[in-house]
Amino acid sequence: MRILLIDDEEELVSTLAERLSFRGIDADWACSGKDALKKIEETPYDIAVVDIKMPKIGGLELRKMMAGKYPDMKFIFMTGHGSEEDFRAGSEAAGAEYYLVKPVDIEELIRKMKEALKK
Amino acid sequence: MSFIEKLKPDFWDYRDVAAGPREKLFNFHRMWELTVFLTAGVAFIPLIALAVVDYHVTQRSIASENLLRTARLVSNTRRSISFFFTQRRAALDFVVKEYNFKTLNEPGVLNNILQNLKISFGGITDIGLIDPLGNQRNYVGPYNLLGKNYSEQDWYQEVCKRGVYISNVFLGFRQVPHIVIAIKRILPNGFFYVVRTTLDTGVLDDLLSGFELAGKGDIFMINREGTLQTPSLYHGKVLQKLSLPVPEYAPKTRVFEGKNAHNDPVIIGYRYISDTPFILMVVKHERELMKSWYETRIKLIFFLTVSIIVILGVVVGMATYLVNKIYVADQARIATLHQVEYSNKMASIGRLAAGVAHEINNPLAIINEKAGLIKDLLTFKKTPAGGDRLLGLVDAVLSSVKRAGTITKRLLSFSRQSEISIQPIELKELIEEVLTFFEKEAEYRSIAISTEAPEHIPRIESDRGKLQEIFLNLFNNACSAMEDGGHLAIQIRRKDTNSVLVTVTDDGCGIPKEDLERIFEPFFSTKTKKGGTGLGLSLTANFVRELGGTITVESTTGKGTTFSVTLPVRMERKEGNNVCGYY
Repeated sequence: MRILLIDDEEELVSTLAERLSFRGIDADWACSGKDALKKIEETPYDIAVVDIKMPKIGGLELRKMMAGKYPDMKFIFMTGHGSEEDFRAGSEAAGAEYYLVKPVDIEELIRKMKEALKK
Repeated sequence: MSFIEKLKPDFWDYRDVAAGPREKLFNFHRMWELTVFLTAGVAFIPLIALAVVDYHVTQRSIASENLLRTARLVSNTRRSISFFFTQRRAALDFVVKEYNFKTLNEPGVLNNILQNLKISFGGITDIGLIDPLGNQRNYVGPYNLLGKNYSEQDWYQEVCKRGVYISNVFLGFRQVPHIVIAIKRILPNGFFYVVRTTLDTGVLDDLLSGFELAGKGDIFMINREGTLQTPSLYHGKVLQKLSLPVPEYAPKTRVFEGKNAHNDPVIIGYRYISDTPFILMVVKHERELMKSWYETRIKLIFFLTVSIIVILGVVVGMATYLVNKIYVADQARIATLHQVEYSNKMASIGRLAAGVAHEINNPLAIINEKAGLIKDLLTFKKTPAGGDRLLGLVDAVLSSVKRAGTITKRLLSFSRQSEISIQPIELKELIEEVLTFFEKEAEYRSIAISTEAPEHIPRIESDRGKLQEIFLNLFNNACSAMEDGGHLAIQIRRKDTNSVLVTVTDDGCGIPKEDLERIFEPFFSTKTKKGGTGLGLSLTANFVRELGGTITVESTTGKGTTFSVTLPVRMERKEGNNVCGYY
């Protein structure tokens, strides 16, 4: 299982990656949409955990760009804005299935990742 | 409240102090007064002026008509009376000129003449012939007056001097009023004789009593000394003194207003009848004459009064109605302004809250991860020195982050504008579902929860998520208000055909009266020290309104609080329901 964590806050993604590694999950991380694109070009990932709101390329945009090329790649979105319902209302049309509100509970994240992989 | 207080319209004591220099514009009491006085004034002034003018014109015309009528009566009657005397004088004149002294002195001739005069004129009692020495030489009549000497009597001297004499009325030997008419004839040789006749005044009385006069009118004759010559209805009998003064001489008919002996106003018309000692008088009671005017006057005053009352009623009614309309519209305007102001305030708070929440969420996420990492390090790497203590500290940090996260989430939901999705909901099921969240806490704090819902509560159409949040907040609120061992009662009732009422009652500490009004305001909290955000109830109220319902609260300090939520059975989707969320 290859996982890419994307958020403009390096502190967040790096820590999250380290914490995941304690739970036996290897994860790469990227600090911007551009960085993430580069990493995905190099080696495709199974799951991208991505912040919706980032400078230049946001989470939803990134997903749109990847959809054609990597249709199997799953996206789990994180946001500091609004609640789950709030998000659903706005982004269901964009196809976002998995969604976490910051601050993220790590166990919840792992659960969502497993769920996403099952599909 | 007194009756007058009840009659007062709403705007009566209202003062819009906030209007500042334009306060007068919103002084409805003044507006009302101005409208009433102006309208009533414009209506009354011409009406009253017209009524007053009409009053005087009518009164004057009736009065002058009365004077005119009296004058006419006097003139006509005078003509009749003059004719009466002229006729009889002419007859006597004829007798004197036709028959010479010698012929008249024959007994049969004078008798024939008397009989003819009686047939032609009536009312002639006797006739006598008097020689220049004043001796009655011949006499035909009921009395034995033959040979009587009149030379010393006034009337004889008068007739000798003037040729004609008409006497005042006097009582003859039979105590019957009479008038004497005497005429002298002078022959060319200087010899003269007088023919004297006595008239019974009955014919004259009949002539005058034939008039039917309006207004207690009285028509009679007096002599120049003021003695009644014919009987009067109200002013005495024949030969009595008249109670009114003798009017001054005037060559023509004259009418004037005066007072009678009883001081009543009267109209007096009179005429000196030429060549006789008589004055014809007509006296009418002014009050009687004006009776028809008094009736008209009452009608006029009644009409005026009724008109004024009706106009005043309509003016006051219309002014009250219109000013009240303006007042109500103005109140609606003020309420709308307040609402706009409130909505703007709320929207600003919402935007601020969203911004703050978002900005805090990011560092919070980092703290969360860092603390999580520390915990992971301690858990997975099993660092021995003071590990348990560190673990405890990290747990404390994590729980604080969780709490901060709850606040930011609430702040965000406060500002969000989410769609409402309507679906049929079994209210009882939904409440029981929400209550499961509290089972653990209730068990732990031995709080008794009771739910009461009759069978016939209909399914309502509403938004499930919002309803959950509403009741979650209310139950949460109730639980934190109660001591351990408290009682939470939930009642679902049908309020009317269109709405359902849910009451949530706790027996907790209650809410002080001064706070009751503010509890639905955002950021107002009495449990900030216990972790309250001050957003729970304001969100709840907001959601209830979004769902088309109402929420009210009743509370007694120390006894408990009841929140009553009324929800419509069928929710009407309105434009703008989800635009802002504040009304």
